[in-house]
Amino acid sequence: MSSFSVNEPSNRTKWFAGSLVILYAIITMIPLVWIALTGFKSPADAISYPPKYIIGSDSEAGFQPTLEGYVNLFTTRTRQTQEFLDANPPENWADEIVRKYDMVIVGPSKFGERFLNSVIIGFGSTFLSVFLGTLAAYAFSRFKIPLADDLLFFILSTRMMPPIAVAIPIFLMFRNLGLSDTHLGMILLYTAVNISLAVWLLKSFIDGIPTEYEEAALIDGYTRFQAFYKVVLPQAATGIASTAIFCLIFAWNEYAFAVLLTTANAQTAPPFIPTIIGIGGLDWPAIAAGVTLFLLPVMIFTILLRKHLLRGITFGAVRK
Amino acid sequence: MAEVQLNGISKAFGKTQAVKDITMTIGDGDFVVLLGPTGAGKTTTLRLISGLEKLDSGSVFIGGRDVVHDTPAQRDVAMVFQQYSLYPHLTVRDNLAFPLRSPILKTPEDEITRKVQEIAEILQIPHKLDNKATALSGGEMQRVSIGRALVRNPSIYLMDEPLSSLDAKLRADLRVELKRIQADLGSTLLYVTHDQIEAMTMATHIGVLEEGQLVQYGTPKEVYENPVSVYVASRLGQPRINILPSNLFPGTHKGPQIGLRPENIQQGDGIEARVLRSEHLGDQTRLHLEVQGHPVTTLTDPHQDVGSDATIKISPQNPLYFDASGARVV
Repeated sequence: MSSFSVNEPSNRTKWFAGSLVILYAIITMIPLVWIALTGFKSPADAISYPPKYIIGSDSEAGFQPTLEGYVNLFTTRTRQTQEFLDANPPENWADEIVRKYDMVIVGPSKFGERFLNSVIIGFGSTFLSVFLGTLAAYAFSRFKIPLADDLLFFILSTRMMPPIAVAIPIFLMFRNLGLSDTHLGMILLYTAVNISLAVWLLKSFIDGIPTEYEEAALIDGYTRFQAFYKVVLPQAATGIASTAIFCLIFAWNEYAFAVLLTTANAQTAPPFIPTIIGIGGLDWPAIAAGVTLFLLPVMIFTILLRKHLLRGITFGAVRK
Repeated sequence: MAEVQLNGISKAFGKTQAVKDITMTIGDGDFVVLLGPTGAGKTTTLRLISGLEKLDSGSVFIGGRDVVHDTPAQRDVAMVFQQYSLYPHLTVRDNLAFPLRSPILKTPEDEITRKVQEIAEILQIPHKLDNKATALSGGEMQRVSIGRALVRNPSIYLMDEPLSSLDAKLRADLRVELKRIQADLGSTLLYVTHDQIEAMTMATHIGVLEEGQLVQYGTPKEVYENPVSVYVASRLGQPRINILPSNLFPGTHKGPQIGLRPENIQQGDGIEARVLRSEHLGDQTRLHLEVQGHPVTTLTDPHQDVGSDATIKISPQNPLYFDASGARVV
């Protein structure tokens, strides 16, 4: 039963390794779970001490879940006099929630719009980075390009400065070009930042695909582009998926450029969420609700591509 | 099917001259084997014909048409690579159908189904057609990649050591099968190998390459019986030809070196040779001899038991003569 094996860890090792992984997972999950819970608390429960963390329990540590945070996140409200509140019964369930605080909903907040901006800019720049990156990486991998190594280094060097160092020139350039506070401007900017990552990552993936496949396709009667499309792309799928996730994570979370270059029109969620703090005191449930929703797209995207991502990371590491 | 003509083709990679001024004609329906050790330029020659490499100089004619400026697809050649050639994301069926679906051939689907089935049966893989290409054994993969060439009817088939990764039994089976298919279809085939058995059994013509140059081109019989040099003579014959100074034996003075294949060594009388070792291979027994400090390998009757340190007498019979540089004299 406990025979020695070179490639199979012993039960004790497996148990130990498993416990470590679980422990690490718990530690990393705690803040996320805390944020998700806070989104469903009332403002009082959110800041109570000792903290409350059991949903729906009457005990000391329990709290009644409420959608207050989400309602506050998506709406703007004003305080009203008692006469007004008596004269106008609540219009819907959301309105009813805010009545507790003598308020009425007067319209939607900017959150939906900002969230949509994040989706457009995040996914748009990810698509563009991966699309251009794949073509460039293929060219670098397969063709004899003069000064290829220098060009690759040059591409990488765009990542060597912190964003803040180039923020002012970019701000001035964007103003002159009319790109300030536009979706196109932000997509182009994030693409420019991400493309170096995309080219480098994808090049190592494409390098790992033997040229024999394309040569076989060329001889089988296909053109170079068809060989790329039919033979190289399907095999680079893992690399493309993991590159896309990295690009999306960057574009989705980016804060510094967004705060400098966007205001009324193309502002993304990261600079917007902190502004909730200013509206009527520290509304922690609303902030937590915003953060929870903000985390979802990247999470879903990563789960959808997770098989590729895991294979991608090891594949890239081993082959290059 | 077509005749393929190479006129003085050359190719260098950096300072290495991979192929040097090769001129040869591969006749319509010929099975030509290029023979040579690793680095002799065999694969490069195939790649120059297929268009995967650009010629430095010379020209290639396929079916009388100059194809130097054509893409591989336009040249209408089929190629079997030594390795790595199956599309890993496709099934065996789709791999076999891939060339037929190309924009150049655009074969109707019902014909593709028929042809793929036919080839799969010849290569004994019909039960594997719906497997992923990566879920095959090495031998099956290589059969599929041969099949991917055979589904087409190109001007010429180019095969780069297609059998080298197979086990001995399958290699022997496919060798016979490949020769039969080629003869049935009357295909023109250029086949690269360093396996002399493949060369001798399948070829209508053998071309021997030495450091990028074609040193001899002829039928297997010609190349075996009339090699132009020690180099060519050593490529064919198992065990290898023995090259010895001719003054070792009385009466052999037509050149400074003589070449003795086992069939040129008569046992019974002549000069003395000490037996170092004998290897019993079942159908034959190899004798490793020493003649005045020179090693000699020959064959003997499998039923005869020759002990080590025994002494036998040997004499040459119809040897080949070579000059000091290795070129054939008589």
